[in-house]
Amino acid sequence: MLYDKVKIIPGLVVFIGLVTFPIWFNVISGKATPAPVPEKSLIAKECVEPTQFMRTSHMQLLNTWRDDIVRTGGTRKGTTANGTEYVRSLQKGCMKCHASKVKFCDTCHNYAAVKPYCWDCHIQPKEII
Amino acid sequence: MRVLKSLLIVLALVLVALLGAEIPGGSILFGIVIPYVALFVFVIGFVGKVLGWAKSPVPFRIPTTCGQANSLPWIKQNKLDCPSTTAGVIGRMLLEVFTFRSLFRNTKAEIVDGPKLAYGSSKYLWLFSLMFHYAFLVILLRHLRLFTNPMPAFLAALEFGDGLLQVGAPVLYQSDIVFILALSFLFLRRVIMPQVRYISLVNDYFPLFLILGIGITGILMRYFIRVDVVNIKQLTVGLATFSPVIIGQIGSIFFVHIFLVSVLLAYFPYSKLMHAGGIFLSPTRNLANNSRMVRHINPWNDPNIKPHSYAGYEDEFREFMVDAGLPVEKELEPQPEAEQAPAES
Repeated sequence: MLYDKVKIIPGLVVFIGLVTFPIWFNVISGKATPAPVPEKSLIAKECVEPTQFMRTSHMQLLNTWRDDIVRTGGTRKGTTANGTEYVRSLQKGCMKCHASKVKFCDTCHNYAAVKPYCWDCHIQPKEII
Repeated sequence: MRVLKSLLIVLALVLVALLGAEIPGGSILFGIVIPYVALFVFVIGFVGKVLGWAKSPVPFRIPTTCGQANSLPWIKQNKLDCPSTTAGVIGRMLLEVFTFRSLFRNTKAEIVDGPKLAYGSSKYLWLFSLMFHYAFLVILLRHLRLFTNPMPAFLAALEFGDGLLQVGAPVLYQSDIVFILALSFLFLRRVIMPQVRYISLVNDYFPLFLILGIGITGILMRYFIRVDVVNIKQLTVGLATFSPVIIGQIGSIFFVHIFLVSVLLAYFPYSKLMHAGGIFLSPTRNLANNSRMVRHINPWNDPNIKPHSYAGYEDEFREFMVDAGLPVEKELEPQPEAEQAPAES
């Protein structure tokens, strides 16, 4: 025999509702962002670091560039492991190959629901649609 | 010894996940099968535990009275600490659940020069457990970003607020610092204070180390040993939509993290962590102190046994009581023996 059914059953329903939130929220919202396919560079054959490193740690790399160049007057010149030279710059380096923010940056950032604050300082490129 | 044992158990769990994820099929076991089983155990165990408590009758009012009870009109009642109405109980429960009021009342006892026993207020436990629980809540809510696609809008504000200081990239979350700080305090409290260490068991240290392990692996993944968030989100959203896939590289530290979380989920309903549900079912908190206003009848009383008042009892046994020299409230009617005989016939 259950005592205080009137309070305990609704309480448990609320508990299960909260625990299963991601399950029913995904069903209700319906409009899932597709798995990201960032646009590959047509110009360069290799990025500044291996692809997997760039996938996981590009933000840390950009952060060290910023600290190095803006705060301690470091060099703009960088060289990949294979000896290719590149410019250590978001707009003049990265975006030379990955020109479209929408087709490159935003695909993964929207999917992972992250909002980097790059464009707080940098001027966001105008997209040619 | 109990500390070491708990630490070793958690380290063994870490090792199991580290090695287990490497074997063929291990990523499916640790990334998909075990999390589902753990969630299932958590929900079923939690509901079962609550239903088990709900089956226990609470016939009488046993609230802890931490203030003046409802009394004469000119005596001021402490409505939150000794509530006599449902509204008062709701107020007491809300404050207990959201601000841990009973921990706020924590005291310490010390022997001072004299020697005298002195009691003092001790708010550290309250402060750090409040910090721990709220940081954990924020962290838990933040993780919804990995399980929902698209993320619910209210989480954007939470994420922004938590990373308000914009330190580094990815931005540092304040909740991570608060979480580790508070957990470390709660652990050190058990180790340093001799009285608390004396009563601490493996099932006190184990959840602390387990949660600390979850926190550390999470922090490592975010700030130090980076993992592929997009691949992970494809797995976690897949888990939430019952179509999990493991694509590309994920990083073995992720499997350690998710395995420790799975262990926590499965362990939760069968441990002291169940206070999350238990707080709502604590008769010492959720009952109104109205014993003087309402008659509470024990539900398992035998209906065949009728109430027997003292007056009725004395009526039944008055003669014997007088004979035995026991005091009675109503004396035997003084009747002459001659008149008594015909009256009885």
